[in-house]
Amino acid sequence: MEGDDSDLLDRIRRDDPGAFDLLVARYGKRVYAFGVRMCGEVEDARDVLQETLLQAFRALKGLEHPEALRSWLYRVAANACLMKRRKGRFEPERELSLEELLPRGGEGPASEIPDVSDLPDRELERSELREAVQRAIRDLPPHYRIVLVMRDLEQLTTKEVAEALGLAESAVKMRLHRARLMVRQRLEGSEP
Amino acid sequence: MSGGHAHGTGRCRELVERLSEYLDGELDPGMCAEVEEHLGGCPPCEAFLESLRRTVALLRRMPDPPMPEEVRRHLVSIVAARAASPEDEEENR
Repeated sequence: MEGDDSDLLDRIRRDDPGAFDLLVARYGKRVYAFGVRMCGEVEDARDVLQETLLQAFRALKGLEHPEALRSWLYRVAANACLMKRRKGRFEPERELSLEELLPRGGEGPASEIPDVSDLPDRELERSELREAVQRAIRDLPPHYRIVLVMRDLEQLTTKEVAEALGLAESAVKMRLHRARLMVRQRLEGSEP
Repeated sequence: MSGGHAHGTGRCRELVERLSEYLDGELDPGMCAEVEEHLGGCPPCEAFLESLRRTVALLRRMPDPPMPEEVRRHLVSIVAARAASPEDEEENR
């Protein structure tokens, strides 16, 4: 996915005619997927993608460090998603306590959550399990969802997420853990 | 399974709080060893870790929503139009 971002930045700085196509080819699908997962609507995801890549194309000439490109893009995309959210309903941010997310009493002998290590991609794409996971992600509070989507689905590092969201790495880790526990709780309760 | 075991208390709670960092390889070696020692003697925490590991594996295998080709073409056409008249940049947003 990342390819050589220093080459991409060089081409953007030089106003190379193919630079925007390259930016879209390298990051378009990722930012679009991020927008769909965060906003839940395809139309909103298109707006997020457009705003992010156009802003990137204007501003990236000033970016000095190619290794910061990914977190920079996700920061812009995250802001665009938050703007969409502000146009919708207001939801106060609250940190959940660990106790709210742990099983009451003892843990059962076996998890209801299937082990997908050996499941072929095709099977996962078709399955009701995918729907259950998507629902669980969609139902997360937005400030948890954004961290989980960046870390586990977009597979950014903790440091990149912290940079993109302006959070301390400890806060990213805490929100990621809460978000995973919420998804886990939902999946344990569902019958995929 | 011990019916009296509760992750929300004592040592189990402290370690359960760190399990994502453990799975992500973000714990320092000392803490990592402590977690592993606890897990070896606490089947409920071990089971909890396994369900969390499966959750993370599922999340990381989720297929991406595909970007329609028409969305890509639209983006590229907007940039071409703006390159032709950069002063109109703020319009069309």
